[in-house]
Amino acid sequence: MNKQKEPLFSKKNMKLITGPIGADNPITVLCLGVCSALAVTVKVEPAIIMAISVIVVTAFSNLIISLIRNTIPDRIRIIVQLVIVATLVIIVDQILKAYSPAVSKQLSVFVGLIITNCIIMGRIEAFALGNKPWPSFLDGIGNGLGYGIILIIVAFVREVLGAGTITIPGMGEFSVIPAAVYDAGYSDNGLMLLSPMALLVIGVIIWIQRSRNKNLIEHN
Amino acid sequence: MENLLDIFVKSIFIDNMIFAYFLGMCSYLAVSKTVETSAGLGIAVIFVLGITVPLNFLLDKYVLKEGALVWLHASFKNVDLSFLSFIMFIAIIASMVQLVEMVVEKFAPALYTSLGIFLPLIAVNCAILGGSLFMQEREYNTLAEATTFGIGSGFGWFLAIIGIAAIREKIRYSKVPPALQGLGITFLATGLMGIAFMSFMGIKL
Repeated sequence: MNKQKEPLFSKKNMKLITGPIGADNPITVLCLGVCSALAVTVKVEPAIIMAISVIVVTAFSNLIISLIRNTIPDRIRIIVQLVIVATLVIIVDQILKAYSPAVSKQLSVFVGLIITNCIIMGRIEAFALGNKPWPSFLDGIGNGLGYGIILIIVAFVREVLGAGTITIPGMGEFSVIPAAVYDAGYSDNGLMLLSPMALLVIGVIIWIQRSRNKNLIEHN
Repeated sequence: MENLLDIFVKSIFIDNMIFAYFLGMCSYLAVSKTVETSAGLGIAVIFVLGITVPLNFLLDKYVLKEGALVWLHASFKNVDLSFLSFIMFIAIIASMVQLVEMVVEKFAPALYTSLGIFLPLIAVNCAILGGSLFMQEREYNTLAEATTFGIGSGFGWFLAIIGIAAIREKIRYSKVPPALQGLGITFLATGLMGIAFMSFMGIKL
């Protein structure tokens, strides 16, 4: 491999970012990282912040692990990985607590749960341990983005249908459903705010994605 | 005693790890193909939660909380190590899982053959770390409360995975639209089960 001559954003490297957003999406295709994701999708704002936190953690944990990949003894690699990821998550958590305490409260334990988010461990095991730092970093960003996009789509659907608003960090809450619609007898569907609906929304996203891309269909 | 029962029922049905918080979804989705293996994983989760939650409770109470180190020396009154809790909790969990695996292998080989393969998986199961973090957030007062909460949440997880595995075994014989097969239908089924579990929410304890 003549990595030295390859430009930083070559086609192959760009694919590391775009792949996970579509056909290799960590949530809907690889089924990773569902755990800590869904409970933060009631509103768009915590979903965006969670997505950014995960992108930061996956990118940097991939980068760090990839830098030291040749020195980690194979037998204790899980613990080394957990310690690195936990340190990064502590940094993210402290920053969130300092700069947006309200969101940090809303995310509660789910920031801590980024540590055991399977996307991170999965990408470290599957990619960072066998690749150079720069592609690993891009792979981390790509997977974080793929995760974040699903999170934001789910949060968008749930917030619009459930509360009729959209909350964007730093800009506050917007009503997206005009008052005339409410006057005509429409009311918000509170059911969308309940946690099981996140699962149904993801189920539907998977359904749509797989009907468009037949290669992804699994056969029992 | 009533208080403990209260926490137990609450952690199984109302605050169910899967249906209310989606914790441990990855292994829940990946392992729930048959009832038998799901039961093995479920029991392992109960076991590990029942050990790590009380241990982390003690760690939190006597080392990490603000002023927790007073028992060592009065001058540690203002020391607050709670920012270290993530790394300490995950270290305890990873080492406990390793220890449990070795003890089970040595003293109960029969149990090991059925449970063993799941134990390493569990160290990175969000339900386990989640259990400890919820314990910390809800500020349980006694060791008994924390233990009850740990076992209760494990049991709730066990029920959920057994339920979905049973459903998936039956789904195999039905005609699911091709694009929904596998992951999709499992998500939908879990969502519906979650809605069913919500009926427990009205219970006042």
